[in-house]
Amino acid sequence: MSVFAFYLFAISAIAGGLFTVISRQPVHSVLWLILSFISAAGLFVLLGAEFVAMLLVIVYVGAVAVLFLFVVMMLDVDFAELKAEMARYMPLALLIGLVILMQFVMAFGAWESAHGAAEQLAQPVPVDRHNTEALGVILYDQYFLLFQLAGLILLVAMIGAIVLTLRHRQDIKRQDILAQMYRDPAKAMELKDVKPGQGL
Amino acid sequence: MIQADLSIILPEIVLAVYAMLALLAAVYTSKDKLGPLLVWSTGGLMVVLAAWIATKASGTHVAFGGMFVDDGFARFAKVAILLSAAAVLVMSQDYMSRRGLLRFEYPLLVALAAVGMMMMVSAGDLMALYMGLELQSLALYVVAALRRDSVKSTEAGLKYFVLGALSSGLLLYGASLVYGFSGTTLFSGIIETAKHGEVTIGLLFGLIFLISGLAFKVSAVPFHMWTPDVYEGSPTPVTAFFATAPKMAAMGLFARVMHDAFGLAVQDWSQVIALLALLSMFLGAVAAIGQRDIKRLMAFSSIAHMGYAMMGLAAGTQFGVQALLVYMAIYVTMNVGTFAFILMMEKDGKPVTDITMLNGYARREPAKALAMLVLLFSLAGVPPMLGFFGKLYVLRAAYDAGLAWLAIAGVIASVIGAFYYLRIVYYMYFGDEGEELDSNNQPILWGFLMASAAVMLLGIINMFGVEGAAAAAAATLVN
Repeated sequence: MSVFAFYLFAISAIAGGLFTVISRQPVHSVLWLILSFISAAGLFVLLGAEFVAMLLVIVYVGAVAVLFLFVVMMLDVDFAELKAEMARYMPLALLIGLVILMQFVMAFGAWESAHGAAEQLAQPVPVDRHNTEALGVILYDQYFLLFQLAGLILLVAMIGAIVLTLRHRQDIKRQDILAQMYRDPAKAMELKDVKPGQGL
Repeated sequence: MIQADLSIILPEIVLAVYAMLALLAAVYTSKDKLGPLLVWSTGGLMVVLAAWIATKASGTHVAFGGMFVDDGFARFAKVAILLSAAAVLVMSQDYMSRRGLLRFEYPLLVALAAVGMMMMVSAGDLMALYMGLELQSLALYVVAALRRDSVKSTEAGLKYFVLGALSSGLLLYGASLVYGFSGTTLFSGIIETAKHGEVTIGLLFGLIFLISGLAFKVSAVPFHMWTPDVYEGSPTPVTAFFATAPKMAAMGLFARVMHDAFGLAVQDWSQVIALLALLSMFLGAVAAIGQRDIKRLMAFSSIAHMGYAMMGLAAGTQFGVQALLVYMAIYVTMNVGTFAFILMMEKDGKPVTDITMLNGYARREPAKALAMLVLLFSLAGVPPMLGFFGKLYVLRAAYDAGLAWLAIAGVIASVIGAFYYLRIVYYMYFGDEGEELDSNNQPILWGFLMASAAVMLLGIINMFGVEGAAAAAAATLVN
């Protein structure tokens, strides 16, 4: 059963990746990408890493993919032109890709881990505690430094986004809450006595 | 345990916390009006931290289970990084203010980049390496695109970002292969597993990918494509920053990974790095000949200089690392002075980068022209200047390690490269009288130019003790 599930998820992940690259419609590409993410989440469940699987669905499918979708829909990018550009380099790219692929076949065909690598491996699935709990413990203890650094990196990303995009325009009207609160009928309204039949 | 760990990374914590507090303070008060003040306080803090690190207790300390290593090598690199970053920040204040580029985020991004660089040179783990590298790179991408209304600046930022992401991908792939081989990401663990036997093809693949990723960061040929465009497009003070501290950090990281994690497989990586060094030296020397834009010229010059620095790394010996450190310290000092000069090149208040505008410069500004002459001779490696001794050091390291062919190639490339440095001197001293540049004598820039030139001349006596410090630093890395 789990073998069947593995092949199902593996094939749909690869197919999703392939169609992401070759589909003509950018929106379709994003949808294929989502399929690929969900398949990867399925593979994580099979490995017993249900927390990572949920993260993948929530963060990648829920946030990143939807963001992509918006970018693709809102940016006016001529994908046909980009594709034509790519087609020119395709033979060279294929050649280089093939060479690298052959090299990897060589590398992984003769793959040999170091002696003692098995002892050094971090225990991926702790038997005595919950998956999420184990991740939390390792993240805040062993990898505390990296966790904090990741926070700093995200801070830099945030500052960067603001620095590069925020513009203070002078000619737009901003809401001034204090001014609104201090308005009273005497300042906001003018009463006129309109005589019948004359108007203002 | 955690207190002991934190006390070891205290300088990094201080700088990071300062950046965050200053960010909050600036956002809640006067925003960009605080820019000049923040530039000076950031620069000041960096100098204080450099002094602190330099005088801190010696010895090797390890924190967070080996992820962070504080040894003599890291301290040497950190002092160089902090001092050069502080110098470039202070130099940039006037230029940025006058062009309305001095947003308060600029000094803080530089400070956060410096935190990343300090993590890089202290990394003892593949993941810590990556985190430091990304922290530094992300801040650099943003400052490259700081002049966001200019097409060239945004292009520089975008190009740097896309190619940087690609190189990070290569690096990560290499790291995952190395992890797959050794079962650990700690450098101390990786070197243990390599001890047991032959280096297998899988580890070699990982190593090559790692080297490719790192070579991009030091802009070594054939991963140099981004350098000229990024140097040209970024605002000049940012270019000055790119040419100094990040180069030192990337070189430090390069040496640390190679020696700490793969120190037992020197034969396997030495030839790869020797080839990168050879290509960088020649491309840097030849491609700069056609350049008339001084920022692009400095980009090719930095590619060539990285080639020489990598020659020290390719030697794979303790003396090689010492030569690398001495070379980088001299290189950073020269570049600070040279960019101080470039920042002073203005016409009608606008920055000028065309080298033919320097025609007849020596007749109008003899002192500055003389200082620049000293710096250019030093960059070219002409004997009485300090730059020559830097080159001599790495050549000797390569020769001692049996890489005589590389040393000879280095001499030839240096002769070719001298052409374009000397051409600037020719323009300044013998060029026809042409359009005049403004006589812009900001005391800070003038001071850095003169001080840097003076170091190039006076340093030949004892190199201000850098030599001994570098030897001590190299001894802690290679054993």
